[in-house]
Amino acid sequence: MAGPTPDERPHPTGRRDEHGVRKEPDHGPEPTRRATVSALVEDEPGVLARAAGLFRRRQFNIESLTVGPTTVEGHSRITLVVEETEAGIEQAKKQLAKLTPVIAVGELSGDAVAAELVLLKVRGEEPDKVHAITSMYDGQTLDAGPRTITVQITGDENTIDDAIDAFDQFGIIEIARTGQTALERGDSPTTPGEEPGHSAGETDDDEFTNYDD
Amino acid sequence: MEETDDDRASDPRRRARRGRRRGRTDRAERPDEADAEPTDEPTADAAAARAEAATRSPGTGANAVIAALEAAGVETAFGVQGGAIMPVYDALSASSIHHVTMAHEGAVHAADAYGIVRGDPGVCMATSGPGATNLVTGIADASMDSDAMLALTGQVPSDMVGSDAFQETDTVGVTAPITKHNYFASDSDDVGRTVGEAFALAGTGRPGPTLVDLPKDVTFGETDRPVGEPAAPDRAIPDAEADDRQVEEAASAIQRAERPLCLFGGGVIKGDATEEARAFAREFGIPVVTTMPGIGSFPEDEDLCLSWAGMHGTGYANMAITHTDCLIAVGTRFDDRLTGGVDTFAPEAEVVHVDIDPAEISKNVHADYPVIGDAATVLDQLDAAIGYADAPDTAAWREQCAAWREQYPMDYAIDPDEPVKPQFVVEAFDAAMDDDAYVTTGVGQHQMWAAQYWTYREPRTFVSSHGLGTMGYGLPAAIGARVAADDDRQVISFEGDGSFLMTIQELSVAVRENLDVTIVVLNNEYIGMVRQWQDAFFEGNHMASQYDWMPEFDTLAEAFGAKGFRIDEYDDVEGVVEEALAYDGPSVVDAHIDPEENVYPMVASGAANGQFALAEDQL
Repeated sequence: MAGPTPDERPHPTGRRDEHGVRKEPDHGPEPTRRATVSALVEDEPGVLARAAGLFRRRQFNIESLTVGPTTVEGHSRITLVVEETEAGIEQAKKQLAKLTPVIAVGELSGDAVAAELVLLKVRGEEPDKVHAITSMYDGQTLDAGPRTITVQITGDENTIDDAIDAFDQFGIIEIARTGQTALERGDSPTTPGEEPGHSAGETDDDEFTNYDD
Repeated sequence: MEETDDDRASDPRRRARRGRRRGRTDRAERPDEADAEPTDEPTADAAAARAEAATRSPGTGANAVIAALEAAGVETAFGVQGGAIMPVYDALSASSIHHVTMAHEGAVHAADAYGIVRGDPGVCMATSGPGATNLVTGIADASMDSDAMLALTGQVPSDMVGSDAFQETDTVGVTAPITKHNYFASDSDDVGRTVGEAFALAGTGRPGPTLVDLPKDVTFGETDRPVGEPAAPDRAIPDAEADDRQVEEAASAIQRAERPLCLFGGGVIKGDATEEARAFAREFGIPVVTTMPGIGSFPEDEDLCLSWAGMHGTGYANMAITHTDCLIAVGTRFDDRLTGGVDTFAPEAEVVHVDIDPAEISKNVHADYPVIGDAATVLDQLDAAIGYADAPDTAAWREQCAAWREQYPMDYAIDPDEPVKPQFVVEAFDAAMDDDAYVTTGVGQHQMWAAQYWTYREPRTFVSSHGLGTMGYGLPAAIGARVAADDDRQVISFEGDGSFLMTIQELSVAVRENLDVTIVVLNNEYIGMVRQWQDAFFEGNHMASQYDWMPEFDTLAEAFGAKGFRIDEYDDVEGVVEEALAYDGPSVVDAHIDPEENVYPMVASGAANGQFALAEDQL
């Protein structure tokens, strides 16, 4: 076959980054950020496995994943925290939205309400001090025995981290931590188009205020 | 030299082929079906039969499964009988649906090809366990290529699920990542509706494979509930029309361009948008490259068409894609075999990306102008938004593309004393066959030659395994294509020796059904593509790629009851082409080709498209 060899051919100097975006020559690595994604899903068998499998297969970095029922019977909410580049987060949301049982996907804003729960089992030698720390974090003592005390703390991620640090002085035996769940603040729906729960909509004249107002 | 239409029409061999039945004998024997020829428009009788199936009381879950298929208008299913699927097959015996019993659950490839040719989901069936897992490759294949397909699998009775029962596999779990969606049927009353939904979903929006797992107690169980019309969930039905603002922005980008290039992917064909795509490119004089799945979306014998780009695409297509300043990509997912290294892909181009699936936008290549919608609708929208007066002036750019076509022609050298070149065999069949013949292929060097040296003019005529690259796809796909195609359309399959041997048992099906297909084995006694890479990147160490233990395929074909032919030298070609095509039934041409011939041009894995090699020393 004829024609100039590869080196003799004209070549554009431009380049793209790993996401296929045309870039400047001094382009550095893409920064990552944490995003909390909320997905409203049909509560059918295997839906969590589908979501988790999707994230594993596409190598998205999941920090936490929680799931639970919503106000609508047959619907569940999956809350995911991912640490990705901007393009990665967009792709994660789109892939999640593509799953057939997924009804809507939203990314939560920075001031969304987020909380998680931790159960801590600590050594019981100093019950008074343990109780003091538990009260400081508005926690509850669930079990107190001669050798161990088990407490429950809820709060945002930083609060939980701080509490674990504070309990560390007693010797932590076991921890069970749920991962984050979250809702959008105020009147904004957590996922696009999400309807308010039935009890929230019931008024005397059987009309409910517009959720988006 | 191109033949004229008149030449072809007066060729007695061609006329003899037209109207020949393709061997759907058991269908023909049904009195009510004997005269029914498939047409694009459903007849009143067919519509009535569908409505009847949707509303009748099925009796059992298995009858509901079949009623759902009938209500969906399914005419043919491919599969293998087995333990857990037996109730469904029993119900199938009373149906008008034609079941093609395959020799292996490679039936899935036949269903895949059937779906590609028909444009409706192909249906395949298998039992639980090994039946279901044998479907997995073909389901993954359909998933990668966005082929609409419905797979029905038997399952052990519900109360034994999870107990590692005989022939039990977690089919829903195994196939979840490779299906558009899958279902575990848990209720005889719902199973018919579920099958209908799965069928409809497979063909809705971006097509893909769906699966319904059918526990034996559910198919045995009684139900009086009619299955209803098949319907995809509302949520799964995307808007056909794109957002006006997206269209306008994309249109201005195209107007501003000096070197615009259309990139038509498989989505143009899947979305039945070839007419709109052709009109768009022709109206504005924009050169066209296709992806490999997009082959046939634009006629390859038109000046505007630069054929397909990517790893083994034409040099001129790869030059054009490297130098375009506005890439109008329709229905493509920017696979790495197309893009090469993403860093060097169309580095000066603003990308307009039209796709029905929002998740494809900016997945591999960032879209400067995303336009989400149905390809045909969006192309019409874009066409209207640009307007002829504001079209970009592409004369100089087209001239440049033509120059590249001259510089890097698709070419190969013939020496009459040397072994036959595979490209020559492909071209010989192309010249002897109709423009709208269906070509199926296995995977490897032969697939590339069949893609490079056959001139495709019509959509759905190139039926191949693209994304997954499944060896052995060609023969079962030829069976599926033959069953799907109108009688006057020819079907040929190019296979490699290694690829053919992987599913050669399906030849027994082609013989039993008396399918008029021509199978051409480009036999180089190598896993040729592997050998080519070993020569280029592994110092010629032919580890496990030398297949000099291949059987005589022409003799083997005769053992199956097919007709065998053999090509050893150039002088054999013309006669064998003529005889093989004239033979009414499955014929196998064992074409012994130059074992050292390689596929070029070639873009090395991850390299720049414009760096395509024309010979090994350029890699």
